[in-house]
Amino acid sequence: MKKFSIENLDLYYGAFHALKNVNLDIDETCITAFIGPSGCGKSTLLKTLNRMNDLVEGCKITGRVLLDGEDIYYNYDVNLLRKNVGMVFQKPNPFPMSVYDNIAYGPRTHGIHSKAKLDEIVERSLRQAAIFDEVKDRLKKSALGLSGGQQQRLCIARALAVSPQVLLMDEPTSALDPISTSKIEDLVQELKKYYTIVIVTHNMQQATRISDKTAFFLLGEVVEYDSTENLFSMPQDKRTEDYITGRFG
Amino acid sequence: MKKKVLEKGMEILFLITACASIVAVLLICVFMFAGGLPAFGKIGVLNFLGGEKWAPMDVPPSYGILPMIVGSLYVTAGAILIGVPIGLLTAIFMARFCPRGLYRFLKPALELLAGIPSIVYGFFGMVVLVPFVRGTFGGTGNSILTASILLGIMILPTIIGISESALRAVPEEIYEGALALGATHERSVVFTVLPAAKSGLLAGVILGIGRAIGETMAVILVVGNNARIPDSLLKGVRTLTGNIVLEMGYATGLHREALIATGVVLFVFILLLNLCFSVLNRKKKT
Repeated sequence: MKKFSIENLDLYYGAFHALKNVNLDIDETCITAFIGPSGCGKSTLLKTLNRMNDLVEGCKITGRVLLDGEDIYYNYDVNLLRKNVGMVFQKPNPFPMSVYDNIAYGPRTHGIHSKAKLDEIVERSLRQAAIFDEVKDRLKKSALGLSGGQQQRLCIARALAVSPQVLLMDEPTSALDPISTSKIEDLVQELKKYYTIVIVTHNMQQATRISDKTAFFLLGEVVEYDSTENLFSMPQDKRTEDYITGRFG
Repeated sequence: MKKKVLEKGMEILFLITACASIVAVLLICVFMFAGGLPAFGKIGVLNFLGGEKWAPMDVPPSYGILPMIVGSLYVTAGAILIGVPIGLLTAIFMARFCPRGLYRFLKPALELLAGIPSIVYGFFGMVVLVPFVRGTFGGTGNSILTASILLGIMILPTIIGISESALRAVPEEIYEGALALGATHERSVVFTVLPAAKSGLLAGVILGIGRAIGETMAVILVVGNNARIPDSLLKGVRTLTGNIVLEMGYATGLHREALIATGVVLFVFILLLNLCFSVLNRKKKT
């Protein structure tokens, strides 16, 4: 099943042509990885999926991005879009408030105020993000006291608390140590049963370890898009081969 | 070798400049307390702080500064009520909602507001606010209300300037994190960015309050300067600072000492305010 369909997408930052005629389908309940060298447009494409690019001044988009068949750039409630398409950022960005309030922020935003319901959502989200046991005794303490890896899992829990369908992850482990990284990777594997996950990564081993499909980006173009196995074992394009064998990038 | 000497020399120079302000504070403390404390002894602490009659020229004279303490508190509270909400909301607008074109005018205008000498504010109060209050609410116009409005305006640049930079210092990731959860711009700003900037906002408010308590020239022009405990917002009062300025020119002996002691009271107020601020800040960190 297709979750996202990206059709003839071009994106400009002012005069800079950042994405060139991108056509890509993202499948439901699977992990899609975007790889490529810095500045190739992979994060940019990720941000078009929940319209975080709207914040960038001078950003112009042509083409269509369909979520379940509906164009998210045409007559679509952007707040509802971001509720359905959650995002985890490169740097853990917990709010400067308690662990509990961090998780409850999203549900409260969308009108849930009952204490019992919030308690249940907070516990469920923290469990899903495999961090409940580590923070259950300090739910009322500031989230800023957690370690970087814990903060990132907290941010994942926060994104899950609004029951999204898709989870976008923008290099979620690039600021973390190897142990935290492997915890997050295990977690992502677990989450794919329930969510469609799109992950941007600099780390090709990570893409092979966790993703089902991989898209390789270069200079704003999607050079190759295939199942992760195919892309890494028999790339069709010379440029993909050069990149994954480490000849550049 | 030469470089090392130079480095050492610069280090000492920086140390001296850093010490200059600390020495100044210490000297002010010593002078204030040395000059003011004897008056507490001679008049009696209760008679001085709790006395309702200020009549240094009477025989025998009375030196009660309660009316001035009450006057300062009323005027400052009024200024807080008027200045803090307007200031904070303006800062939020400037930091997060203001279109760039408008900001180009608003920012210099606020900087100008900060640069206007207080005596000019006083004239403005005398010429505009006093007649306005007299015409609208009655009374002489020289009143707590007038002084509160004037001070409320005067503390705006302090509150807005510091609060705005506190809001701008909140990492953009926090704002974006809230948006990514489906929160609107307004909700992200009010429920995420604002709490994150709390200590900076508090600093702005406290500095604003400090300015309101200490302000003298503008206030004496509009506040009436009657040394009595007021029974209405439209009555005139005298502030602690006003008391010192109005009488220091001709005061001698115990009268003079009592005025310096008034300064000590003011000084203690400011110290308490700073203490509150650091306690609140420390509480937040733990």
